[in-house]
Amino acid sequence: MLSLIRTVWLVLLHMFHRRVTIQYPEHKAPLPPRWRGRIILSRDPDGGERCVACYLCAIACPVDCIALQATQDEHGRRYPEWFRINFSRCIFCGFCEEACPTYAIQLTPDFEMSEYHRENLVYEKEDLLISGQGKYHGYNFYRVAGLAIGGKDKGQGEEDRPPVDLRTLLP
Amino acid sequence: MHSVGISLLIVFVVLACILGVASGLIWLERRLLALWQDRYGPNRVGPFGLLQVLADIIKILMKEDWIPPFADKPVFVIAPAITVITTLLSFSVIVFAPGITVVDLGIGVLLFLAMSSLGVYSLVLAGWSSDNKYSLLGGLRAAAQMLSYELFVGLSLMGVVMLAGSFRIADIVEAQRGLWFCGPQFVGFVIFFIAGLAETHRLPLDLPEADNELVAGYHSEYSGMKFGLFFLGEYIGITLISAMIATFFFGGWLGPVLPGLLWFIIKTFFFICLFIALRAALPRPRYDQLMSVSWKWILPLALLNLLVTGAILVSRTT
Ligand code: SF4
Ligand code: SF4
Repeated sequence: MLSLIRTVWLVLLHMFHRRVTIQYPEHKAPLPPRWRGRIILSRDPDGGERCVACYLCAIACPVDCIALQATQDEHGRRYPEWFRINFSRCIFCGFCEEACPTYAIQLTPDFEMSEYHRENLVYEKEDLLISGQGKYHGYNFYRVAGLAIGGKDKGQGEEDRPPVDLRTLLP
Repeated sequence: MHSVGISLLIVFVVLACILGVASGLIWLERRLLALWQDRYGPNRVGPFGLLQVLADIIKILMKEDWIPPFADKPVFVIAPAITVITTLLSFSVIVFAPGITVVDLGIGVLLFLAMSSLGVYSLVLAGWSSDNKYSLLGGLRAAAQMLSYELFVGLSLMGVVMLAGSFRIADIVEAQRGLWFCGPQFVGFVIFFIAGLAETHRLPLDLPEADNELVAGYHSEYSGMKFGLFFLGEYIGITLISAMIATFFFGGWLGPVLPGLLWFIIKTFFFICLFIALRAALPRPRYDQLMSVSWKWILPLALLNLLVTGAILVSRTT
């Protein structure tokens, strides 16, 4: 009986406590930098698209909300012809970011993407692609990958040694 | 003719006030619960979120009013109306201030008791006609809980009636001019409060609803405005019990300086807030606990209270 009265008293004391609610549109909660929100496609330091259209993100996605079509430019550099994320299905798990070998796809601390029409939640490549590097700076997949594409031959990448001439290796 | 006009005016003013208060309570309850849980509650629609009620009402009126095909249709439709009608009828005997009452019945207390007994039918019939096991369980609990606590509402009031020597509510209030009955009838007050809580099936004792065991208890199958009526009945019930506590134990309109009506409103409001505070603070007891407390503790206590009050009164007169 006394414990009941004490409970009521303690609850009444909460009248004088500070309220924990954040009044959202006026005040915003500070989001941690690793918050998993709106997805972007980033560019490498030279301004080229990082995405190499490897489809790994689309495969990793548990709800199958990423769709893309790979294509190549004249130098053999792969890029997505179109890239589509259906945010009405995305669960912001971040698996796509983990799967991506090139840091292209990244989740950002932004969740304010409400729409009145569901179709507007389907983001196309031009909605996703940003002009900067996103969270990971200074990474350029083609500069470290031992792949010959236009303007860069084998062995010219960062930390690359010149390729071994197979004929000189003959005994 | 003149007096008929005044009576009609009182009827309509009382009706409008009660319906207004009952819907305002939805807002009040949400704000107060939020206050005690360190939140804000509805504060967006209109000043302090007051228009939230309006938005809720519009929403609930727009909702599809669905009657399950397996339900017993006529009973299903009538059940929600009963709770609202009986609680509203009980208000007819409340004396808000000297002269401000709908009917000045000589048996006001009995009418109140009768109406709150009839209110049980609403819950039982709703649970029965829904033809759903959770609703039925809720209805069963409602029947047992409200019938047993009904008894204590009556028994705890008998002490008051003895002291006042009248069933007329105006007389009961007048009899408290020297000392409010919450002093000499403290046990009666506590019992009436607990029983009132059970009668209105408010949160610590909301076993007929028990959201986390019975979906929504007796009104699981209700939607739209029928569901709204149950809520309206519940909030009118809170107002009624608070008004009754103020009348029977805290001297109704009696009080210094301020006009009587204001005193009545202040006291009623205080008890409404207390009801909400209990909801914020206390957990729901188990069903068997509820029943055993009622029959093993409250019943003997109420009878003892009655006996002692009677004995004191008799010894004083002889
Ligand atoms: S965050 Fe998860 S659900 Fe959303 S696109 Fe990436 S993998 Fe798919
Ligand atoms: S975003 Fe990353 S994982 Fe997805 S296709 Fe492009 S490079 Fe591959």
